[in-house]
Amino acid sequence: MSSDSIDLSRSTNDVGGLGDRFAHYVFFGCALVTVATTVAIIAVLVNGALDFFSEVSLLEYLTSTNWSPRATDDPGFGVLPLVWGTLMITVGSALVAIPVGTLTAIYLSEYADQRVRKTVKPTLEVLAGIPTIVYGFFALSFITPVIQFFFPETGTFNAASGAIVVGVMIIPMVSSLSEDAMSSVPDSLRNAAYGLGATKFEVSTQVVVPASLSGILAAYILAISRAIGETMAVALAAGALSQITTNPLDEVQTMTAFMVEIGTGDASVGSIGYQSLFAIGLTLFIMTFTMNIGSMWIRSRYREEYE
Amino acid sequence: MSAPTESEEFEFDGTSIKRKRQIGRVFLGLCVGATMVGIVALVALLLDVLVEAWGWLTWEFLTYPPSQLVENYNPANYGDLPTGPGGIYPALVGSIYLISLTAIFTLVLGVGAAIYLEEYAPDTRLTQFIEANISNLAGVPSIVYGLLGLAMFVRALHTGASLIAGALTLTLLILPIVIVSSQEALRAVPDSMRRASYGSGATKWQTVRNVVLPEAVPGIMTGIILSLSRAIGETAPILMVGAATSMFAPPEVTDPTGPFAAMPMQIFEWASLPEGDFQHVAAAGIVVLLAILLLMNAVAIFIRNRYDRRG
Repeated sequence: MSSDSIDLSRSTNDVGGLGDRFAHYVFFGCALVTVATTVAIIAVLVNGALDFFSEVSLLEYLTSTNWSPRATDDPGFGVLPLVWGTLMITVGSALVAIPVGTLTAIYLSEYADQRVRKTVKPTLEVLAGIPTIVYGFFALSFITPVIQFFFPETGTFNAASGAIVVGVMIIPMVSSLSEDAMSSVPDSLRNAAYGLGATKFEVSTQVVVPASLSGILAAYILAISRAIGETMAVALAAGALSQITTNPLDEVQTMTAFMVEIGTGDASVGSIGYQSLFAIGLTLFIMTFTMNIGSMWIRSRYREEYE
Repeated sequence: MSAPTESEEFEFDGTSIKRKRQIGRVFLGLCVGATMVGIVALVALLLDVLVEAWGWLTWEFLTYPPSQLVENYNPANYGDLPTGPGGIYPALVGSIYLISLTAIFTLVLGVGAAIYLEEYAPDTRLTQFIEANISNLAGVPSIVYGLLGLAMFVRALHTGASLIAGALTLTLLILPIVIVSSQEALRAVPDSMRRASYGSGATKWQTVRNVVLPEAVPGIMTGIILSLSRAIGETAPILMVGAATSMFAPPEVTDPTGPFAAMPMQIFEWASLPEGDFQHVAAAGIVVLLAILLLMNAVAIFIRNRYDRRG
């Protein structure tokens, strides 16, 4: 940006002495820390996972439906129950956050006047700033009792409560990012549709939403990726029983909740419990990384450029 | 053109418009309803926490160490306790130390990286890779950073489950956000100021140090405080690193390699205990945590409003 008209970047102005060059390298070093972090994350996860897979076959990990790595007799190392638990939470939270977040975004971008938008948007973003442990508490002390009121046989820990609370947590992510995308659709498109006799509803759903679809989809993917990696709220609300069930009122364990279970216990280095942390961590990292890349790709590939 | 047909067509159009209007109203109602869901959830969450904490949040709660017995937290019992009331003191102090250390690390690394990317970096593949990598890091789940801290700091570098391991882990976690917000602050400094500095013979480093940085400090500070307010509520990373759940004295500030307690971890411990009354204790802890978050955000907003009005 700074080199639009005059080249202010580097070399030409870098005529100072040792101090100048030193500062340059120090700042470069700081920037490299971020690259080193990525390398370290991958190295740590792969290294730990290799230890795990030296004792457990990859096939069993990916196909077995029994996850009980710390059982003394007949331990099971199938990740599927944990992935299933994560999926239930993720799908449930998406069912909450995607309709609510999208309609909120349409309201804020198309219907609300400036004053309402200026108050509602930051208010919703407060939701994103609340620590996830607080959401976990909220699920246990409020959402679960409400569910139990309607379905009295529900246990303290259940997938529905976790899914709802994670859904609430990611509403601002869907609504803010989608609203940004909708607001950047130029008014000329809206006015053209109005000129053809379209109503506000038609303009919103048939002009603005399709025109900003890439931004909206990218927001969905980011929000879902966040739901997959969400830890403390589901660890508190959804429970710690790894099983494959289709009933949302049952207890499930997500990948992250299992990591919390091992983290709070005292898994010694080299034990299979400790090693399984990294196998699960690697699985989680691959899932969220793929989705984040996908979100970036959709945004850059399908972006409509309006001048 | 016969009059009857025209009026018939007209009526037909009228109902169609009416229907469209109705659909429009229903849709608007849905949108407003959806917007209310988020707001109602926020209000319900805050009310729930406040109601649960009511009567349990006392001065003693802030100044005494935690206790195994839930009776010790109940203000009604304060008079006749052999061990003294239970509270959040070590975790409160631990969190403040943790965040202070994190602040120092992120200030150096985050601002340094932002200065490199905004002021020095040539527009090369490497720079683009660094930028893409930063936005990717921002999407890595926080518990994965916890694993990184556990394997790299706690085990490989032998820091143990210490304050410094927790602070370094949180630093790496919020570094991407700090870098991006600092970059925005640096970008907001007008180029004319840099040119004026070069024109008077300053070198790059002198320009950055004497012109660009002082101008960008309020924006950078706002970004860092907001990022730290995210870090102070993070539970998963410090849980993996091994924050203590039963520390009866605050960690030593002179010894960052010692064990540490922190508020979110303590709240998690309380919230996962089965006795019903521990819910009130957890809620009281959450109120303390949210109050500190609110304070940090207020400071950030104050700095932004105080200094950003010049432009």
